[in-house]
Amino acid sequence: MSDLTNLTELTIKEAARLLRLRSFSAAELVTAHAERIERLDRRVKAFLRFTPELWEKQAEEADRRIARGDLGPLVGIPMAVKDVLCVRGVETTAGSRILSGFRPPYTGTAVSRLFAAGAVMLGVTNCDEFAMGSSTENSGYHPTHNPWDLDRVPGGSSGGSAAAVAAGEAMIALGTDTGGSIRQPAALCGVVGMKPTYGRVSRYGLIAFASSLDQIGPFTRSVEDAAIVLDAMAGHDPLDATSSNRPNDVLRDFDAGVKGLRLGVPREYYDVEGIEPGVKTAIDMAIKALREAGAEIVDVTLPHTDYGLAAYYIIAPAECSSNLARFDGVRYGLCQDAQNITEAYERTRRKGFGTEVRRRVMLGTYALSSGYYDAYYLKAQKVRTLIKRDFDAAFEKCDAIISATSPTVAFPLGSRTQNPLSMYLCDVLTLGGNLAGLPGISVPCGMTDEVLPVGLQVLAPQWREDVALRVARAYEVTSGVKAGVAPIE
Amino acid sequence: MLARLALEPGDEEFYAEQLSGILVHIDRLQQLDIDAIPPTAQVVEVANTLREDVPRPGLDQADALANAPAAVDGFFRVPSIQEET
Repeated sequence: MSDLTNLTELTIKEAARLLRLRSFSAAELVTAHAERIERLDRRVKAFLRFTPELWEKQAEEADRRIARGDLGPLVGIPMAVKDVLCVRGVETTAGSRILSGFRPPYTGTAVSRLFAAGAVMLGVTNCDEFAMGSSTENSGYHPTHNPWDLDRVPGGSSGGSAAAVAAGEAMIALGTDTGGSIRQPAALCGVVGMKPTYGRVSRYGLIAFASSLDQIGPFTRSVEDAAIVLDAMAGHDPLDATSSNRPNDVLRDFDAGVKGLRLGVPREYYDVEGIEPGVKTAIDMAIKALREAGAEIVDVTLPHTDYGLAAYYIIAPAECSSNLARFDGVRYGLCQDAQNITEAYERTRRKGFGTEVRRRVMLGTYALSSGYYDAYYLKAQKVRTLIKRDFDAAFEKCDAIISATSPTVAFPLGSRTQNPLSMYLCDVLTLGGNLAGLPGISVPCGMTDEVLPVGLQVLAPQWREDVALRVARAYEVTSGVKAGVAPIE
Repeated sequence: MLARLALEPGDEEFYAEQLSGILVHIDRLQQLDIDAIPPTAQVVEVANTLREDVPRPGLDQADALANAPAAVDGFFRVPSIQEET
């Protein structure tokens, strides 16, 4: 093995090949990442905690598997895990003080499958508290910094995971996406991030935010890497009744290109309010590149886009207010003592929940309370139907939908924290995919003049991850724009 | 009350102002005439997934109690739930 620093810039595919050639060992690969983390994470703050005992054991096991000739693509690949995914014995807190000290008694299915595939866990990444936010500034611990500009946010809620991959601190990071929490930080950090179809990946062991919207997905530095990780996680799990038993065909026609595919550009997304000129320019160039690669670009319309945010900010808080009722200081996490149980609940939740979580619990309980249920929750569910129908109609005219992932590039830390609605607007192009259960991917599509990454979002019909991946892959190949490690040293 | 969030002095004004701004945005839903539209609670086709009714191991008691802030005799310990009479 020659130069340790290069090991942290490889893709999974390249690393797997070099591990087989014995250019380096899995132990050396994980050590290179640990050293880079040691050097850089004081500034990036992508991680909340590290798992050295686990990575030593898993890297040793990976080296044994490689010695036996195991050709699995994830054997020995270093991975970071968002702080909402339970790993047995590893403190998991959902970015919240209310779960400080919680060590799950089991490992969630997505993580177990990646462990079984040979991935090596580096540690737990930072996120907005209970995945509620678009900047990772709502973490109960500390904000994370964007590796491309440390004064800016990495996006959120899976900002620690996106930043870890962008900084070369991990080859894979897992995130979760409820309204854009994988795709938006992937765009802002210049990496690939994918949200699968609702039901593609088991949610067992995911600390729930909004159960009808949450999905687990990967961050990587290439589209192919994202496909490899998704392929290893996906598939039916008896422990999640909403997981699908459809065949796992996410890699079908991966390299088939876009020739003959119809790509829809929704005018409501293309001209979304607040879209920055630099983002628009990058998207225009991406559309041009895809057209030149043989795709037919068609105009489509998603007429209820203007109502999506409003529906989302009823449905998601309603589900969260119900899911977060379990944090009462009785079975796990923070507990504030009191004279009676009601006071204990209130003091525990007062101390343990941050501002955004409290705001959403209030909004959710209000929307669900009798007298307001019809006006808010039921209405939002009906709008969800309309949004799903919008997508169904659009997909009659096209095979996939393309747009910017986020209307803006990474914004300065602190610039949106005082105005919750301005933060919610970060997800205006992504949350429709969650309401309709669609697979979506964000792939880097260049930089603005300020050298900040822009993401191209590809949405496909339900269960057509293969189409989203194929389009993203074709864009990556034809444009030559590659997700890379940010120039931070 | 429902949410058990224990607001403190100053909280009410802080959240009232922010939540009103959000509710103003949300109120655009009232413009839509959607009485005839069915609601959507979940978007995929799976429904009523059942499994064979066979016993399987669950969490054992020690694991279930391992994270408890307070446990006694194999139970979670909580403050009194009823006023003494």
